[in-house]
Amino acid sequence: MLKFIIKRVLMVIPVMIGVSIIVFSLMRVFSPDPAPIVLGQHATQEAITTWRMANGLDKPVVVQYLTYLWGALQGDLGVSYFSKASVAKEIGARFPATIELAIAAIIFASIFGILLGVVAAVKKNSIFDAAGSLIALVGVSIPIFWLGILLIMFFSGFLHLLPSGGRINVLLEPARVTGFYMVDAVIAGDWAALKDALLHLVLPSLALGMYSMAIITRMTRSSMLESLGQEYVRTARAKGLREIKVVGKHALRNSLIPVTTVIGLQFGALLGGALLTESVFSWPGIGKFTVDSILKSDFPVVQGIVLLVALIFVTVNLVADLVYAYLDPRIKYASKKEG
Amino acid sequence: MTGVPPGEPMTVTAGPAGTAAACAAEARGVAEPPPKGGHGEAGLLLQVRGLSTDFAMKKGTVHAVIDVSFSVREGEVLAIVGESGSGKSVAALSVLGLLQPPGRCVAGEVLYKGRDLLKLPKGEMRDIRGNHISMIFQEPMTSLNPVFTIEDQLTESIRLHLKLDRRAAVKRAVEMLRLVGIPSPEKRIKDYPHQMSGGMRQRVMTAMALSCDPDLLIADEPTTALDVTIQAQILALISDLRDKIGMAVILITHDLGVVAETADRVIVMYCGQVVEEATTEQLFERPLHPYTLGLLRSIPTMEDTEATEPLYMIRGMVPNPLHLPRGCAFAPRCDRRRARCAAEQPALIEVEGRKLRCFLFEPGCNQAATALSPESAQAGGAVRRADSEVAP
Repeated sequence: MLKFIIKRVLMVIPVMIGVSIIVFSLMRVFSPDPAPIVLGQHATQEAITTWRMANGLDKPVVVQYLTYLWGALQGDLGVSYFSKASVAKEIGARFPATIELAIAAIIFASIFGILLGVVAAVKKNSIFDAAGSLIALVGVSIPIFWLGILLIMFFSGFLHLLPSGGRINVLLEPARVTGFYMVDAVIAGDWAALKDALLHLVLPSLALGMYSMAIITRMTRSSMLESLGQEYVRTARAKGLREIKVVGKHALRNSLIPVTTVIGLQFGALLGGALLTESVFSWPGIGKFTVDSILKSDFPVVQGIVLLVALIFVTVNLVADLVYAYLDPRIKYASKKEG
Repeated sequence: MTGVPPGEPMTVTAGPAGTAAACAAEARGVAEPPPKGGHGEAGLLLQVRGLSTDFAMKKGTVHAVIDVSFSVREGEVLAIVGESGSGKSVAALSVLGLLQPPGRCVAGEVLYKGRDLLKLPKGEMRDIRGNHISMIFQEPMTSLNPVFTIEDQLTESIRLHLKLDRRAAVKRAVEMLRLVGIPSPEKRIKDYPHQMSGGMRQRVMTAMALSCDPDLLIADEPTTALDVTIQAQILALISDLRDKIGMAVILITHDLGVVAETADRVIVMYCGQVVEEATTEQLFERPLHPYTLGLLRSIPTMEDTEATEPLYMIRGMVPNPLHLPRGCAFAPRCDRRRARCAAEQPALIEVEGRKLRCFLFEPGCNQAATALSPESAQAGGAVRRADSEVAP
């Protein structure tokens, strides 16, 4: 097991180098020159040259990349062209918001996705199955930004039940310890802040999780149908077990193996920043930050975010594989010989 | 409850007195259901009457089991024999109520100690399953859940039915594993199914099925997926345990060798119907139904190695279950069919204490009373008349 983990961690290195090369070159090929954006339209040629030299943009791209890589290896991702603050700090300030949203969305998606999938499979060809399939179909096809706007219109504009955007009422913001409002509010013992933060989380996580929920529903349904047709399910019934145990224990545990991968990949995607959702709900996370930075050609920030997202994907995949081994004892990652 | 229910085979009173007595006993068992909780006078444990099971498919309805009746006495081994698709497994699953849609029991009753299992509420049926009647399936590789340990799967039914706590259940599970001959059961109980061989897994399945001391074990082709030496071990194990625990066994198989070695009585099924029922001795000594005869003749014997003639084969194929022949289902493949066979369904009649579904043995049939022995048949199909053997 340990060997497997070490192997997987070592595999991160080539992945990260590849990703950094791609994003580095793409930014330089397709993004407009950042200098006029930073200095303003009326900046002199001299000022622009000076700025480019100061930021190392006058050197050959290969040299620029190697300098960046050397810095990145030492944990220095550079500074933002605009805020002049270090990229790590800028990302660190926004990442908790994204994580909070992603966790809420994946929890929503997993619970309802698995539930709907199981019900649809157990009651195959019934009205429940049809409803589940319909929800899943709508979930994958509905554009997030449109769903977000609808949710805001209905729950915020019409019912006045939930806030339309932001993470929290500014007046209630708890003292920053971790950056996660839920955690910070609990640490501060500020229940009003916790409640407010939770209420702010409902609509965006619903909008963001809808797609993942649809995918998880479909996966669970098909995987569950397969398990239910297996002979060990019949064995479980022949033992006289209650149907809920037959389905909930014997069939579900087997069905969850492929579902776990899907949940892992979806969570990775959600962490990578929900560009549209964060924009619609003015959620101050890295998704919104990415969009802003790309538009401003803020190279170091975009590079930093992409590297982080790549790292998250690799990690999430690793975790999904480890959960696999827990769910399915037949998978042994270590080279231990089994009889 | 009086008279003969519609599912009961038509009984023709046969000549010999012994048969008549057996019939009378049978009829008595039918008319008076045994007292609840106890056993019938004749020691009848399970009585299946007129069981019919359908599968409603898109292309039409498949009648997988048609008007099947049989009974199992305490401690008896009843074999159900037939080709793949003859309905033997479906009949067994119907008994335990384990059919999944689109399969459905459409008629008949399954009386277990006098209670009709088909009409039992779900909760009571669960108490029967695994506790009173348990089942071993054909595929040991897939019948165990791959993601739980043997301990987990084995103690499940013990804790459920015997109401033991975890420790006592584990102790009982280890005992059961020892009983079925798994070496160092204390260690192996922690294993996952994939860590065991096919034979070991089938032993585990057997241990699981026997863990609550069932009155009846249904073994659905328990040895088909195993190699020959393991087959013999598992069969010996089941026979051995039957003697120790005193349970009855329904052994479903297509292997007549297995039947000869283990069964007391045999039912031969073809296309969902019982075509012949006899004691094992009767069946092997003198098969009556042309299908049974064909089955026996297609077993290679030691003498065959010298023979120049190819091994006998029942000609043709099992008919498509969606389009069964109008008359006798076996007629298109039968060497002795007559015009009537293709037009009418023969009824199950009683002949010399055995049951048969063939016009050849109906009373008054002038061609009847022609019983073939495997030897004479193999010798070239010479038909030996045996008038004395059949009721006029």
